[in-house]
Amino acid sequence: MSDLADLTLAEASRGLRAREFTSVELLEAVHRRAAMTEANLHAYLTLDRDGAARAAVAADSAFKAGTDLGPLQGVPVALKDNMVTRGLETTCSSKILSGYEPPYDGTAVSRLRDGGAVIMGKTNLDEFAMGSSTENSAYGPTRNPWDPDRVPGGSSGGSAAAVAAGSAMVAYGSDTGGSIRQPAAMCGIVGLKPTYGLVSRYGLIAFASSLDQIGPLTRRVEDAVAALEVVGGHDPADSTSYPGPVPDYRSGLESGVSGLRVGVVTELNGEGIEPAVQEAVDRTIARLEAAGATIVPVSLPSLEYALSAYYLIAPAECSANLARFDGVRYGLRRLGENVEEMMSNTRAEGFGPEVTRRILLGTYALSAGYYDAFYGQAQRVRTLIIRDFQAAYEQADVLVSPTSPTTAFPVGERTADPLSMYLSDVCTIPSNMSGDPAISVPVGLDGAGLPIGFQVMAPALGEPVMVRVAAEVERLAGFDARARFASSEVQ
Amino acid sequence: MMAYEPVIGIETHVELTTASKMFCGCPVDFGAPPNTNVCPVCLGLPGALPVVNGTAVEYAMTIGLALNCDIAAHSVFARKNYFYPDMPKNYQISQFDEPLCVDGHLDIDTGDGPVPVGITRVHMEEDTGKSTHIGEGGRIHAATHSLIDFNRAGVPLMEIVSEPDIRSAEQARAFVTELREVVLRLGVSDAKLEEGSMRFDGNISLRPEGTEAFGTKVEIKNMNSIRSLQRALNHEIERQTALLEAGEAVVQETRHWNEETGTTSGMRSKEESFDYRYFPEPDLVPVAVDDEWRERVTARLPELPAQAYGRYLDMGLDGPVAAVISRDVEYGSVFEAAVAAGGTPQMVANWLTGEVTALLRRTESTLAESAINGTALAELSSMVADGTLSASAAKDVLAGVAAGEGTPDEVAASRDLIQVSDSAALEPIVDEVLAANAEAVEKLRAGDGKVVGFLIGQVMRATGGKADPGAVSEIIRSRAG
Amino acid sequence: MPVDIDIAKVARLARLALDDEELERYRQQCEVVLEHAARVQALPTDGVPPTSHPLPRTNAFRDDVVTECLDREEVLSQAPERDGDYFLVPRILDEA
Ligand SMILES: [Mg+2]
Ligand SMILES: [Zn+2]
Repeated sequence: MSDLADLTLAEASRGLRAREFTSVELLEAVHRRAAMTEANLHAYLTLDRDGAARAAVAADSAFKAGTDLGPLQGVPVALKDNMVTRGLETTCSSKILSGYEPPYDGTAVSRLRDGGAVIMGKTNLDEFAMGSSTENSAYGPTRNPWDPDRVPGGSSGGSAAAVAAGSAMVAYGSDTGGSIRQPAAMCGIVGLKPTYGLVSRYGLIAFASSLDQIGPLTRRVEDAVAALEVVGGHDPADSTSYPGPVPDYRSGLESGVSGLRVGVVTELNGEGIEPAVQEAVDRTIARLEAAGATIVPVSLPSLEYALSAYYLIAPAECSANLARFDGVRYGLRRLGENVEEMMSNTRAEGFGPEVTRRILLGTYALSAGYYDAFYGQAQRVRTLIIRDFQAAYEQADVLVSPTSPTTAFPVGERTADPLSMYLSDVCTIPSNMSGDPAISVPVGLDGAGLPIGFQVMAPALGEPVMVRVAAEVERLAGFDARARFASSEVQ
Repeated sequence: MMAYEPVIGIETHVELTTASKMFCGCPVDFGAPPNTNVCPVCLGLPGALPVVNGTAVEYAMTIGLALNCDIAAHSVFARKNYFYPDMPKNYQISQFDEPLCVDGHLDIDTGDGPVPVGITRVHMEEDTGKSTHIGEGGRIHAATHSLIDFNRAGVPLMEIVSEPDIRSAEQARAFVTELREVVLRLGVSDAKLEEGSMRFDGNISLRPEGTEAFGTKVEIKNMNSIRSLQRALNHEIERQTALLEAGEAVVQETRHWNEETGTTSGMRSKEESFDYRYFPEPDLVPVAVDDEWRERVTARLPELPAQAYGRYLDMGLDGPVAAVISRDVEYGSVFEAAVAAGGTPQMVANWLTGEVTALLRRTESTLAESAINGTALAELSSMVADGTLSASAAKDVLAGVAAGEGTPDEVAASRDLIQVSDSAALEPIVDEVLAANAEAVEKLRAGDGKVVGFLIGQVMRATGGKADPGAVSEIIRSRAG
Repeated sequence: MPVDIDIAKVARLARLALDDEELERYRQQCEVVLEHAARVQALPTDGVPPTSHPLPRTNAFRDDVVTECLDREEVLSQAPERDGDYFLVPRILDEA
């Protein structure tokens, strides 16, 4: 590979340790790529050139001193702009946080810094992570590196586009209803949503607290595993953080799928899935079977209601989570006759239409008289979904489906119809509802040359078996997007 | 005219004296410079998450157990949603349908025997920041703007909700006084009303005496002392009585107590201000209390006023005296020490509630400030019992002890107050007095017993109060007989 | 199930100053989504407990220990309006 910006994390990590190149050189290559691609893609909201340069120099001296801080040492990493970074503008793509410089680092960010990562900057997202296309950004949309007329998916669209285009080696995003996996699928890269609680949410600006989870977007499954290890593990600052030791994800990566039971979820395959996507998924399932896996059809009947339940639970939680943006302590303020008017004017002006819509939905779903029929019922449906998953994992070690029903759709196609946009998360939402891990792996292109993602789901803390299957899917697909990055015409 | 019975319930908020706040490590520290005891969590910064202070949970359990509550095996935090500028997240983390403590009671006594007041629940929540209103004398109504200090935001707050079992403002006063004493005894709050670490709201309705159905209730806020609670309730009883007697309806509303005017007034409230949209706090996990934990906390409970009261009755104290001593921590400890030092319980108790209380009132001091201790009180009461000191001399000795002049023995000696009951010493003095008061002696001999007191008084004066009045009386009677 | 939202009341609760035209647009959009979401009501859930946390866990406590606070200047530097060491807000109406 001639351009350092096209290396996988594993390759970069090896090269840095072998002193084939320095972190400063790696950063320069990635910055050169960003300089070429940003005008078209707009993956980044903020590029922290000075901070990144300092971190790269520090990583190089650490290498020189023989210090090894882990797989991300010296590696250029991009962060979704809903991850709080001390002194570095953090906006959530919202006007309401324009200019906000947090006085602290979130836990994942601290762990990245402690691990010697070179934080490049903050990537674009749908405002407050609400959306599936990265079009709902107050600072303008991100484009898909495979076709700039198409969306990169969302809400971690900036992170996905940066990794796909080579303007970051690794990126982190957050996944509340598919926001890591769906853009990863649409951009032809790997996106991993860990088990709820595996990565601390402290310092992740909340969208829906019981669903949000931070995870990596990378070019390879093994890279996602390495990137997860750096940020994962118990954090006493997050009460919902998983208290036990982090399992060993790596050891199974080469083990193949022989003897594993792969469940094909009836409700997430076939109906409503674009034919090209379903074909690629079926082909992958056939290859898994040929590689020794047992394929079992499984049915999770309550998944039919997952999307509906999600669009009650997520807005309800967001309506409370976003109440703190009121013009009192930070961010935007619009004047008003009294404090109530000031708050109402600030919020109406500061939040974009999608965020406003979800706040209204959530406020209604929680309000007196409707709670039980909407929010309460959605929570009971959530229980049934979890039970369905538990029953399915009696029959199968992992479950599979397309990541997204379609490949990347044209910019502007769904913005006027919220429901059609919401439907693009139908395959990813169930794992958020259950809190289980799921990963998207690219398995090929459709007729228009757009990437297709294959989703592998596993039970809670089932990351080891999930990445084992994902790594095999990756090998079997033989899909190497770097051909695309290297010859990118997006520039 | 119909008589009405008030039906009153009280909601009490108590700030806990933990070292750190409810959900973050900022100090709980009254009077720190503004906006210094703050962190991402209690400022509601984007991305920050709460973590429950385990000690605050134990304190809440302690209160619940002291109020005879059931401790829930499973309790959850909820978000109570409403916008207020000194509440950083614009929701308060509180408990809603699954509180930590439920179904208790606290007994109060206003003189007609103990009355149990039901405790509906005790739940955990967090305090808000503090707004200072600027312009027009700091009143909220005419303010131009407000300044906010978030130091208090996130301080652990317990809400104690009573059943509507209270039937008068006097009972309400007794209830909060007793509750305050319990909380102090437990050592979980300093319960300072003037600093707002203990605050209460009242619910009150009237109903025709003898009926069961509740009338329309009014909530009263902004009462910042026990006296203003009592005044506000009495005012509200009068106001509602007048309305009902005039055939008008009581409006269900929240009313604000105004200390200066001594009246309540309706607050501007919108229909939605009651729609708190409670839902389980997704950032926190449930609190599970098993038997072992509950028993551990129970074992550490100090003796409470009601328990001490019962024990004092068993020791033979009169009810009223036992009530006073059991409701005051300092009195209780001096009493216990005096009994341990050999004092007779009833006698020591009488001294404490009688002469000691009067002396402290005169000198405007507290028991802790005075040098009176249990040993001194035991000694003093036995000196009176065995006739070493007269009742009046004992008061002087007590004053000397309180002023730090020494033990009762030392004070009696140095002030020369030891009682003389030895007849050999008293007879010459009595004779002198009788000789000087021939007219009175005459009356006595004629059968007028009333003059004995006068003659004793003369002897007492002649001896500087040291003579034993009993012994003197006997000598007088024998001489006159 | 048709859903009928008092959108003005909901917007007031959520402190969103929206004009009539915006309110109407949001009302229509929210009703479409809620009609879809109301499908959850079709699923029988008698005796099914609600799930508010995906992973069951209890008693995540912190020791009662004081930790470092933020620097006041750093905090107040983000305030839209301050007065000395305080956050400043327009007058507060005496409700609630
Ligand atoms: Mg309360
Ligand atoms: Zn704090």
